[in-house]
Amino acid sequence: MVELLDVITVGLFTAALRMTTPIAFASLGGIFSERVGIINIGLEGMMLISAFAGVAATYFSGNPWLGVLAAVLVGGLLGLFHALLTVKFVGNQIVSGTGINIFALGFTAYMSQVLWGSRGASESVQGLEVVSIPLLKDIPIIGDIIGTHTPLVYLMLIITVLSYVVLFKTPIGLRIRAVGEHPAAADTAGIDVFKTKYLCVMVSGMLAGLGGAFLSLGHLSLFAWGMTGGRGFIAMAAMIFGNWMPFGAFGASFLFGFADALQMRLQALGLLPPQIILTIPYILTVAVLAGVVRKAIPPSNYKPYVKE
Amino acid sequence: MTTAIEMNGITKTFPSVVANDKIDFVVEKGEIHGLLGENGAGKTVLMNILYGLDRPDEGQIFVNGKEVEMDSPATAIKLGIGMVHQHFMLVPSLTVAENIILGKELTKNKVLLDMNRMLNDVKDFCERYKLEVDLKAPVYTLPVGVQQRVEILKALYRGADILILDEPTSVLTPQEVEELFKAVRALKEQGKTVIFISHKLKEVLAICDRITVLRRGKVVGAVKADETILGELAETMVGRKVVFTFKKKRIKTREVVLKTENLKAIDDRGLPALKGVDFEVCAFEILGIAGVEGNGQTELVEVLTGLRKATEGKILVDNNDITKASPGERIRLGISHVPEDRHKRGLIPDFSVMENLILGSHNKPPFTVGRVRLNFEKISNYAKRLIKDFSIKTPNKDTPVRHLSGGTQQRVVVAREFSRKPKLIIASQPTRGLDVGATEYVRKKLVEMRDQGCAVLLISADLDEIWALSDRIAVIYEGEIVAIKDPEKTSERELGLLMAGGKSG
Repeated sequence: MVELLDVITVGLFTAALRMTTPIAFASLGGIFSERVGIINIGLEGMMLISAFAGVAATYFSGNPWLGVLAAVLVGGLLGLFHALLTVKFVGNQIVSGTGINIFALGFTAYMSQVLWGSRGASESVQGLEVVSIPLLKDIPIIGDIIGTHTPLVYLMLIITVLSYVVLFKTPIGLRIRAVGEHPAAADTAGIDVFKTKYLCVMVSGMLAGLGGAFLSLGHLSLFAWGMTGGRGFIAMAAMIFGNWMPFGAFGASFLFGFADALQMRLQALGLLPPQIILTIPYILTVAVLAGVVRKAIPPSNYKPYVKE
Repeated sequence: MTTAIEMNGITKTFPSVVANDKIDFVVEKGEIHGLLGENGAGKTVLMNILYGLDRPDEGQIFVNGKEVEMDSPATAIKLGIGMVHQHFMLVPSLTVAENIILGKELTKNKVLLDMNRMLNDVKDFCERYKLEVDLKAPVYTLPVGVQQRVEILKALYRGADILILDEPTSVLTPQEVEELFKAVRALKEQGKTVIFISHKLKEVLAICDRITVLRRGKVVGAVKADETILGELAETMVGRKVVFTFKKKRIKTREVVLKTENLKAIDDRGLPALKGVDFEVCAFEILGIAGVEGNGQTELVEVLTGLRKATEGKILVDNNDITKASPGERIRLGISHVPEDRHKRGLIPDFSVMENLILGSHNKPPFTVGRVRLNFEKISNYAKRLIKDFSIKTPNKDTPVRHLSGGTQQRVVVAREFSRKPKLIIASQPTRGLDVGATEYVRKKLVEMRDQGCAVLLISADLDEIWALSDRIAVIYEGEIVAIKDPEKTSERELGLLMAGGKSG
């Protein structure tokens, strides 16, 4: 028992916040997409390709920040692709998203082989340095938890707040919500429904890209095949659990991040077979998606908008 | 007086029909102008042209005396024309204020929404036009009548001087219609021009200054409302005499088909909706249930058809207790149901006419072979026969019901329900939203079924309909039948009092 309690440390919370970051980025991305009525089940693949792009760009340039930029751009492009298929060509959103996920696995494995001669992992690259926030880091306990991280963790916190402000306090946010819920009403009010959808799905991809960049540049400093490990799907669960609200999604992401961090520590204890402990975040995801927690009401019916 | 709208020689042809045939339509400034016509007469096409949603093949449009090129709704809005669509264009989860300002938001620091300024702005508007709404309430929490007010405010906020109301009363209760009329009159006092599209004669006469009547894409009459009488107008609209009363054979039997005993039920919110309902319906009889909407009619129909559980009491059909029978069992016992919402309960919109015509009997012979496989030959012949017998205006039997007009859809429901050889017909608001021709048809069919020996329970919010068809009239008030009257021994005044909860004198 003593051993179990020893797991609950300040370090656990620090790790939890770190593990929250990629999930929260993708989760916020999911919100922007779904708020305009497009399911982005391709978050997982977008994260994975972006994680790869980040490492590749860093590998050639030596600058991890250029890697982050590349990840964001690639994420945005994948978002644009998803929007083209689903908005312009009125394709099925799940098929398009799943296509991106499958493509991501194959594409990154192949490119990894081409660049580094291994399908499994890239060479190590220069990762993002951690920074300490003066004053903040000196507060006891809290400072230990949030005082020292890579800048992407702080960026995630800022974007969470920013997403809330944009969605609920600005005209564009009002329009985004109107487009998702009742596109015909938005159209008659003079809002460009299609432009809004393109924009939001691209933002969705860019945020997933940041999540991917965090995994490969902020966390491991290399690209490993399938390194997203289902975090894109977990992010969707967090988005639903968080009721399509930025703070809600962040809170839910933290729950999953915490489960992830806990799982790592429990493995070290060896109380249970690691295979079982590894399943904790996923079981939590399934429970949330199955609606154990509460009934989720999505902000849109996700039907494509076709002008008469 | 100058004209607000002048449309000259408007012609619009669609691949199969001439929707508008050289229509001249003039609306004067500051009047309430009724545009009357049956469904499919070309009212909506004409208004879509005026609002820039459709381009005419020929003809000119003048707004405030100036010729204009109406190429999009944006142009129409710029010229001060606003349209309130039949299906509201409101975002349910947004508040009233947010819906009104959507697309015309005010900001502070050029970035953030300035909610306070917008609330004040909109509040001024509400006061000026006497349209009271709780601005901070999410739209989905509001009743339909209030939502419509929001739509009107939205149009006014966008600077509309000429307001087109497309079938505004079709979704409203009688009380809400009164409220709407008050608002429309207030708009007129403020100098606004209103075009009121409707197929309901009484309403058009009650609210409009002048009326233009369309039939089959042509103007067949333009009259002043006060010079006109109901019958004349109906005739102009339909093109022949309309029967408002029905000669019925008087057949006296006391063969009870449906009997309810102390029937009780609760509504969706868990409040008592039926508080002990007792009545009988006999063969060869139409029992009309009159009452202001929301007094338990919906729940009564649901309990009788098996869609809602009775908490107490009994339902007997031919002396068999069916209180616990499923909807399917009730259909097999010979109960037919014309539901009040034909889109939700009467039809599957994406299914074809043929498929809709066999719903409910689709799972047994003659429509199945060995209860497993559908017998398409039989089904197809059956559908063709019904389409002919009930004059269902459809391109063919495979057309999705969604593409048919409201009146035709109701014919599909009626054809299916009445062809089952029912003992008992439960008809709930059977003519709601139908034009004069279709209304007459449905009423005639109901009387026909009665004359053949059916027991008919008619629930309608339209007192005229109850009056015209019923052999006996039961009045429902707050979940109880407060009186059952012989139509020849009562008056509209007495019924009105009973419906409002008063005692009959």
